Amino acid sequence: MFGMEKRDARLLMFVALLTLLAPFILNPFPSDSALAQFNAGYPDLMQRFVIFGILAIGYNILFGLTGYLSFGHAAFLGVGSYSAVWMFKLLSMNVVPAIILSVIVAGLFSLVIGYISLRRSGIYFSILTLALAEMSFRLAYSVLTPITNGETGLQVYNDDPQILMGPESSTVTNLFGLEMRSTYTLDIAGWSFDFAVGYYLCALLMLASFYLSIRIFRSPFGLMLRAVKSNQQRMNYTGLNTKPYTLAAFVISGMYAGLAGGLLASMDPLAGAERMQWTASGEVVLMTILGGAGTLIGPVVGAGFIKYFENIFSKINDSVLHGWFGFLPDSIENGLIWVLEHFVGSGWHLTLGVLFMLIVTFLPGGLVEGGQRIGRWLRRNRSEDTSSGTTKPAE
Amino acid sequence: MDAILLQILNGLDKGSAYALIALGLTLIFGTLGVVNFAHGALFMIGAFCAVTMQRILTLSFETIDETQKDFLGNALKVKTPYVESWFGPEMGAAIIDWSVPLAILFAIPVMLAVGYIMERGLIKHFYKREHADQILVTFGLAIVLQELIKHYYGANPIPTPAPAAFKGSFDFGVLIGYDPNVIIYPVWRLVYFGFSALIIAAVFSFLQFTTFGMVVRAGMADRETVGLLGINIDKRFTIMFGIAAAVAGLAGVMYAPINSPNYHMGMDFLVLSFVVVVVGGMGSLPGAVLAGFLLGILESFASMNEVKALLPGIDQIIIYVVAIIILLARPRGLMGRKGVMEE
Repeated sequence: MFGMEKRDARLLMFVALLTLLAPFILNPFPSDSALAQFNAGYPDLMQRFVIFGILAIGYNILFGLTGYLSFGHAAFLGVGSYSAVWMFKLLSMNVVPAIILSVIVAGLFSLVIGYISLRRSGIYFSILTLALAEMSFRLAYSVLTPITNGETGLQVYNDDPQILMGPESSTVTNLFGLEMRSTYTLDIAGWSFDFAVGYYLCALLMLASFYLSIRIFRSPFGLMLRAVKSNQQRMNYTGLNTKPYTLAAFVISGMYAGLAGGLLASMDPLAGAERMQWTASGEVVLMTILGGAGTLIGPVVGAGFIKYFENIFSKINDSVLHGWFGFLPDSIENGLIWVLEHFVGSGWHLTLGVLFMLIVTFLPGGLVEGGQRIGRWLRRNRSEDTSSGTTKPAE
Repeated sequence: MDAILLQILNGLDKGSAYALIALGLTLIFGTLGVVNFAHGALFMIGAFCAVTMQRILTLSFETIDETQKDFLGNALKVKTPYVESWFGPEMGAAIIDWSVPLAILFAIPVMLAVGYIMERGLIKHFYKREHADQILVTFGLAIVLQELIKHYYGANPIPTPAPAAFKGSFDFGVLIGYDPNVIIYPVWRLVYFGFSALIIAAVFSFLQFTTFGMVVRAGMADRETVGLLGINIDKRFTIMFGIAAAVAGLAGVMYAPINSPNYHMGMDFLVLSFVVVVVGGMGSLPGAVLAGFLLGILESFASMNEVKALLPGIDQIIIYVVAIIILLARPRGLMGRKGVMEE
């Protein structure tokens, strides 16, 4: 189907189903119950899930396939956001030109940065991307203020030209009149589900990028990138110039980041330099690795996981914990809460850091590998008495 | 001329912070071959050692002073630090005043222990893995350390003043024949420079003039052969990791009065210190020190108004521009050994 193998098609269908039904899946609790605060089905958060999903999918094309660890992807995200907001300022609040321009500008920008940084590999590549990204962040903050509006952040003002803006045009971001923030709320017996235009636009684009990434993974180009990862030296010795391939991967992943940035700005027409800081790039790295670098579904899982638990964890505070562990004896309860309170609320990043270290140390394939291991273990347990063991391929 | 001199002086203190952090980073990379993204966090922990020392020294008990009244007419509670009651008010106040220099004594064992635990508990398991994995796991560790500090000390910068004797400015120009008030320089920054020069000298002479240092240098050059000679090089490298952590920590302690410690100062310095290391040459100790001072001075020259008028924004990015040029034009850095990490 669509040039995909059956397995990949099934994966894509599964992801499509999940994203399109997300408003139901993420709202499992009735809206007036005590657990409603753990619902994640509101448009703002769901948009972030899929937008960061796009970012991580793109990052995975670079890091997962070629093994080049870039610490500069937030710069492309930031550039994408800036160009989108400029489109809103100059043309109109229609998101189509904004998204197109953000992808193009981020692509060009990543071409320049990639051309420079890919002259080196390994740790030098990481440091070069780090330096270039930090440079763009600092420039955005200082000299480029006419373009980026410095610390205030770029936003749309009433006296902007907006030449395509008719008298009846919408003043919020829209898709040919369909406003991004317009939401249809469905109430069924205590449950309420929000269907936002913005979310579905992002979700469709995410599915499109996911499809594209499947095709890249399965293409000869993707195979070449994997070869670069496993042994670049040998590729060079066979007389092959790997640079065009890695550069193409870099630019593609930069364009993904630009798309994500453009979408962020389309949902909320604001762009600030802090989106470009290197710690923001670090977050993309966390997502990709946490989910499983080099796998198809991993980055999406990682992005969803991080954004979901960021939201949930920051809502848990001391009193919620006391409510949960109230049945325990006081001394145990207090001890347990003393430990747990480090990890919840504003301590979410601590949880993330610990989790990330554990994953890198024990589970280099990320959550996806964890899932696979559990699956294999279950299957082995089940088939222990029926089959006499499978034959292993000789290596 | 005086402006140039002033900028060189300004560059020296920034440069000494860069040099100290980069020195520690290079010690770790040169000995263990590990790219440590948690090094900025060690610098930050050092700065918070100064904060902790200050807090310990100002631990107080409350007494009710009947002679003083607050605005409601109740007897006023007076806080007296324990050190003041033990050593008398004057001596106690002096000890509190000197909390930052005293924190050095406190920070050395703490940082050695932190470094030792880090190496044995985590880094040890990553020798055989790729640099990318090392970067990732130490990046995770940096986040953890930073968040722990944030949890216990809050998100706001904590002012940690230098001793009163070192406050104010020092008229440097008078010494070399300029008019008063032409070249004035904060005293503490001068102290910082002197201190870092001392540390750098200590590290180099430790490596150069002791048997332990000789073995470590041999191990840096060829780890396998040293191991074959029956020397437990891993154990010594672990100790070097502790020393590197202590160097970063001391840089942090003394930096606390210059810039009030906050939890993300480590991440702020991390990128810079890596840039310094690659400019100097991965694994080259003199290179790290040279590049630290060089980049510090370059940065302060770039922030002169005349230069900024010529190239706007150059002060923000000069270090990165230099680093990118060096990385592309001279892959092994200024003083890197030939063949080490060149590809």
